Amino acid sequence: MEINFTHKQSAHCENGVVSNLMRFNGFEVSEPMVFGIGSGLLFSYLPFLKVNHAPVVTYRAMPGTIFNRFAKRTGVKIKREKFSTAQKAKARLDENLEKNNPVGLQVGVYNLVYFPEEYRFHFNAHNMVVYGKKEGRYLISDPVMEEVTSLSEKELEKVRFAKGAFAPKGHMYYPIEFPDKLELKKAIVKGIRHTCKDMTAPVPLVGVKAIRKIAKLIRKWPAKKGVKTANHYLGQIVRMQEEIGTGGGGFRYIYGAFLQEASKILENDQLSTLSKEITQIGDLWRDFAVDASRIYKNRSATEDGYNKVADQLATIADKEEAFFKKLKKAV
Amino acid sequence: MKKNEVPQDKSNLESANIKEMYYAVDENGEYTTELSTGWDPKTIALDNAIKDIEERTEIAKQKVLNNTTSPIEYYMELHKMDVGILASYVGMWAWRVKRHFKPSVFKKLSKKTLQKYADIFEITIEQLKDIHK
Repeated sequence: MEINFTHKQSAHCENGVVSNLMRFNGFEVSEPMVFGIGSGLLFSYLPFLKVNHAPVVTYRAMPGTIFNRFAKRTGVKIKREKFSTAQKAKARLDENLEKNNPVGLQVGVYNLVYFPEEYRFHFNAHNMVVYGKKEGRYLISDPVMEEVTSLSEKELEKVRFAKGAFAPKGHMYYPIEFPDKLELKKAIVKGIRHTCKDMTAPVPLVGVKAIRKIAKLIRKWPAKKGVKTANHYLGQIVRMQEEIGTGGGGFRYIYGAFLQEASKILENDQLSTLSKEITQIGDLWRDFAVDASRIYKNRSATEDGYNKVADQLATIADKEEAFFKKLKKAV
Repeated sequence: MKKNEVPQDKSNLESANIKEMYYAVDENGEYTTELSTGWDPKTIALDNAIKDIEERTEIAKQKVLNNTTSPIEYYMELHKMDVGILASYVGMWAWRVKRHFKPSVFKKLSKKTLQKYADIFEITIEQLKDIHK
């Protein structure tokens, strides 16, 4: 069976799944709107978690939280299920498809066959929608792909039961209750306030303080860890910032699009001005990536180079601090 | 970023027909989306990450040939895993997996344990025991 489901590409998988599932249920919500209301924007340094032998920085909220916050703030109810066995997971999926209900799935990327080999790392927080089954193959709407695709039963089982950090355990989710009308105004304000609070939080590993922390570390890495490791770490920061799904500039451009849309809905001109400001900050993040890549391209660099990119991050931190303080006052 | 500045560099995304979506501003200052074929600063970072894994795999291979580690470590690196991820796949504690890297311990592993590893790496026990097979 094939459910009549409209696939629309998005920059980021979680936003895309939410936006596409909402559209299927009769509510048109853009990707930036989902991201903004769900307070997706963040900066955080997770020194205890290592991915590919390098510490993790993230430019977004934890997997799953964007949809949870979006749902709570708009009055949508989500059902989430995890499974102890692959059989149960498959049975519940098939049941939903029979009932004409497309579902979101959390999956691992390592065995996702339609991704290029180079992109297949052990990353377990990818999201997709399954919207049917034809000739033994599941019909897949992966939001980061231009077109829909399909996976065999075995292939889907493998990605649903990937192991490691954030193992999905067959995680399946879908909205079950909706409000009569989507009230975006209040939800937008709540979403913005939450993001401002996170980004200016008085804790060292979150928000602008974490950006400053990373800037300090970058200055120390070459002497402390050696050039090779320093470059590896620097490369990982750029990848987290720009790899498939951030829309560019570590989600800052998506956030700019959200503020522009929000300014029209709330009839608030300040948000339109702030949208331009975060776009410029996004450009600074891009400049940082360009200069960082000059360092790790040659695998050798002067101390000056590291200090220069660290300075760039320190400037970004100052600008973001001022930005989120203004944004908080604007709503 | 302006819409016409969205990078269209060559990247490995092409091989799988994937284009990434960017958010960018059009000539009227309105946000819109644009697809990108890739961006060099990111492609270089990804290439370096892959080279790093290849180096790790090669080092592990030499260690296996010198009999200072077991083939499990080699296959782990080949599959872009670390001890934590591999431990999670085989359902054992990380320290146990690490112990299995010792050639003397590896030699005494039961068929059942070997099969577990072989299944994860999608190879036969013979291939697990001899990385040349």
